[in-house]
Amino acid sequence: MLIAALGLPLLGGVLVSMQSQSPNTRDICSLVTAVLLFLLVLGFYPSVLAGNNPTLVLAEPIAGLGLKLTVEPLGLLFATVASGLWILTTIYGVGYMRGNSESNQTRFFFCFAISIAAAIGIAFAGNLLTLFVFYEMLTLATYPLVTHKGNADARRGGRTYLGILLVTSIGFFLFATLWTYAITGTLDFREGGILSGHVGPGTAMILLTMFAFGTGKAALMPFHRWLPAAMVAPTPVSALLHAVAVVKAGVFTILKISVYIFGVDFIAETGAGTIVMWAAAFTLTAASFVALTKDNLKARLAYSTVGQLSYVIVGAMLANAAGIIGATMQIAMHAMGKITLFFCAGAIYVATHKTEISQLDGLGHKMPFTFAAFFIGSLSIIGLPPMGGAWSKWFLLMGSADAGQWVLIGLLLLSSLLNIAYLLPIVGRGFFRPLPADDAAHASANTIQEAPLNCVVPLCVTATGCVALFAFGGAIYDYLLLLFPKT
Amino acid sequence: MIEQLPAIVLLLPLLAAPICSMIHNGDYAWYLAAASCWLAAAAAVGLMAQVWGGHTISYHMGGWPPPWGIELVIDELSALVVILVTVFAALVISALRESLRPKMRKHRHSLYYAAYLLCVASLIGITVTGDAFNVFVFLEISSLSTYALIARGRDRRALIASFRYLVMGTIGATFILISIGFMYMVTGTLNMADLAERLPALSDNRVVQASFAFFTVGVALKVAIFPLHLWLPNAYAYAPKATTAFLAATATKVSLYVLIRFLFDVYGLEFSFQQMRIDLLLIPLSIAGILIASLTAIFQTDAKKLLAWSSVGQLGYMVLGVALLNTAGLTAAIAHMFNHAMIKAGLFLALAAMIYRVSSSRLDDLAGIGRQMPLTMAAFTVLGLGLIGVPLTAGFVSKWYLISGALDKGWVPLAAMLIGSSLMALIYIGKIIDVAYFKPCKPEHAEVREISPTILIPCWVFALMSIYFGIDTRLTAGVAGRVAESLLGISS
Amino acid sequence: MFTALFNYWVVIVLMMAGLYIVMASGHLVKKIIGLNIFQTSVFILFISMGKVAGGTAPILKDGISVFSNPLPHVLILTAIVVGVATTALGLAIAVRIYEEYGTVEEDDIAEMDNHDQDLDIAEYQRIESGK
Repeated sequence: MLIAALGLPLLGGVLVSMQSQSPNTRDICSLVTAVLLFLLVLGFYPSVLAGNNPTLVLAEPIAGLGLKLTVEPLGLLFATVASGLWILTTIYGVGYMRGNSESNQTRFFFCFAISIAAAIGIAFAGNLLTLFVFYEMLTLATYPLVTHKGNADARRGGRTYLGILLVTSIGFFLFATLWTYAITGTLDFREGGILSGHVGPGTAMILLTMFAFGTGKAALMPFHRWLPAAMVAPTPVSALLHAVAVVKAGVFTILKISVYIFGVDFIAETGAGTIVMWAAAFTLTAASFVALTKDNLKARLAYSTVGQLSYVIVGAMLANAAGIIGATMQIAMHAMGKITLFFCAGAIYVATHKTEISQLDGLGHKMPFTFAAFFIGSLSIIGLPPMGGAWSKWFLLMGSADAGQWVLIGLLLLSSLLNIAYLLPIVGRGFFRPLPADDAAHASANTIQEAPLNCVVPLCVTATGCVALFAFGGAIYDYLLLLFPKT
Repeated sequence: MIEQLPAIVLLLPLLAAPICSMIHNGDYAWYLAAASCWLAAAAAVGLMAQVWGGHTISYHMGGWPPPWGIELVIDELSALVVILVTVFAALVISALRESLRPKMRKHRHSLYYAAYLLCVASLIGITVTGDAFNVFVFLEISSLSTYALIARGRDRRALIASFRYLVMGTIGATFILISIGFMYMVTGTLNMADLAERLPALSDNRVVQASFAFFTVGVALKVAIFPLHLWLPNAYAYAPKATTAFLAATATKVSLYVLIRFLFDVYGLEFSFQQMRIDLLLIPLSIAGILIASLTAIFQTDAKKLLAWSSVGQLGYMVLGVALLNTAGLTAAIAHMFNHAMIKAGLFLALAAMIYRVSSSRLDDLAGIGRQMPLTMAAFTVLGLGLIGVPLTAGFVSKWYLISGALDKGWVPLAAMLIGSSLMALIYIGKIIDVAYFKPCKPEHAEVREISPTILIPCWVFALMSIYFGIDTRLTAGVAGRVAESLLGISS
Repeated sequence: MFTALFNYWVVIVLMMAGLYIVMASGHLVKKIIGLNIFQTSVFILFISMGKVAGGTAPILKDGISVFSNPLPHVLILTAIVVGVATTALGLAIAVRIYEEYGTVEEDDIAEMDNHDQDLDIAEYQRIESGK
């Protein structure tokens, strides 16, 4: 079953690449694979809830250190988020790519499928080596997606993307991995961590810092530059990058390392996370300020993502139950919220070819569904009830309070205020400002209307999801308590 | 038949070489050369099957037992190197015919194949022989044929490169000869197993120490250990296209094998590393080699020179692995010997295909070639990732062991340096890939098309092997690990 | 000591002389001559090694009990063959170099090569800056 979870998207990718002549069959292939994968991932829940961790060793390239897959609660949640949102992204991607009649669609969906396979691999990685392998695979598979347009901008963006991600991962992450291996002789993800008892607080702090900064996908400042640079990609890719696969893989990696390599208690005892936590706190504040200054819609969302990711890192570094639960929830909640926002940005682009926020005046009346969804997504990102985002922010604040980090609470609240400041005006422009005069004439001529159905339906679904997650907050909380058998 | 395999693997190319030189028709000569290479490769695999698990074969040439006759000794290490030489030689020669075609008059082809086969035969000879003097003779045969192969390059600078290599190579080989003479002086034997028995008792003898010094310098020249690497970049850069692939894969690797064999088996671990402290010499030199060569590679404007400099750096990894003197390090050295041979041969072959089309290896001439020759460039990219050491490629496995070796010694800065040098590899390989995919194509190359399958297929075989051996490492790291343990005297 | 081991002193002198010529001379043919002298010194080393004082040639015949060790001599025959082959190949390459460059002086050749190289680099930079 594990091999199927990994092989299915790969197989789907191959099928997709063979169907380049008939776009309809190809897109159906993508969609069917996505749905099957989601069902497959859901199928793991019974056994994980029963406390089992299905394991599979794929190969053993280095003696005693195999490519190993293990299903555990944290990874399963990430896999669910990734595979679930993949379905929507596929539907949306089909609409978007056709709406814009982009070239190389087959390559696009092929790489898309490979990226999801890599994300699933990251979710189910049973040791650090496997995690690293799939992490790099994800980087390489998303590179053609980022440079999809193939013009000079795309190439420059792609180079930054690849450069930062590869350099940080090889330079810090791999190094820290090898170091861990040399110290402990294993890289398995184990409950309670593997480093505890092997290293002192100093080394632990160095290692954790290297892991955190080495995970370039988590976009800790100063390694966040790739994220805005990757904005040159088509919007479904941005959705994939920023909500589903890449960035979530990054923070998920940090979370998993904190929980299963270091162990929550070990981090709490040694204070190993201090540097990373403050770096993340700085990032989430600074990124919000930068977002305020951006007029390009996708760039603003990108900086918003940089900030929101650091919430997860902060949660992981708080090293207490509430922090970890908050961080894990933030992965799911932010994924749902941010993908909504990107879907909206893409829908606006498909319908009107507008990319700047200052051009959005009055569009809310023309595209009511899109802007309503944007509003809901924004609320979820900000963390206001009745949206899912409220839970994660709540638990993160509780975690900070448990850890006695009052300054941190202040920063988190400040950042939330900033979120309001940079997200809500967009909706305000759409609904409360009139269409510009010259554009009004234009609009009356060839009426701007909602984007194709393929685009609008997914964004309505994710917006509903944001609300639904609020209702399921309790269930997710109960599920995540699996991570803490004692408490 | 099976017991004759050690002789067969050696004699096949050795006998085919003179026959080749007598065949006037270049095509027939190619059939013979390729067939003998592939048969030798099959024999090599058969040898590996026999010694698998740590056995040793001793074969007495002509039925004369040692020390009177010449003994061929095959253990897992030499079987691995023989596979390396024969399989890669066979793959390259399969591509060679196509790449020679336009450049050389046809009746010269046979002579070229003869030199190639001689080189293959002598490299096998170096690996399987159990006689120290034989090592020298085969080394000289391989060098002589290599000089001839290099001198056939497309550019007049090939002649100079070949001449310089000839001078340096001859000095190196003569040093080895002196060293062997000294050893014979004090021990009265040339059989390597006998030498290994008698030398430890003489470890304080100054003649033995002098022979060790001569030997190290001589072999270091052949391995191209920094700073004795100066012959390599030009020799590789100006050698004829596909030939470089063969040379880069085999010649230096076999010399490294000789170094390992003599340091660990003939002179003995204690003498080489505890008394003479050769590691104190090799570690700084290899580190300097890795850094300087990688840095130089970054600044090359010619793709072939870039890869040649990268070879110097990669050889530094192997020497460093040997000098670390722990299981992980030695495993890395031996595994990387195989992996790098495979990757570099593939890279040079893919590059040869491109040069074949655009008649230049300058980076600006390769601009945009990724769109003109997508399959070749894709193979190049896969192999390039292997060179950088991206996971799931062969390069990752050996680098992993090497860095583990450094960390096992507690040398964190060295490990960091190795990671840093991987990033340098990322830069220089990235440079070629970037040019090939993202620069606009030169107008005069607009008509360039994909290379014919005879070259493309070997390229892809190398590329797929590089992935296969990144996942299934029983042949590479598995054998290397066992060999490392036996060389270090650790019983597993 | 000097007279007793004079053959080894000859070896050392020849070896150093040969190496010096290889390094100091820019003339390719002279380099090869130097290389030859260097190799010859090693041949003498091997031959002296095998000589047993008062020994004769190693012939299986009654009355001969002291004879020189034949093995080094045989070895050196091989080495001489190798040396001759190296010389031949080296000279052949030197001839080809003369055909291509019109000189066998290393400095002149290096100058021509550098000129070629500069052209290459200039071309590269021109294209880099042009795009």
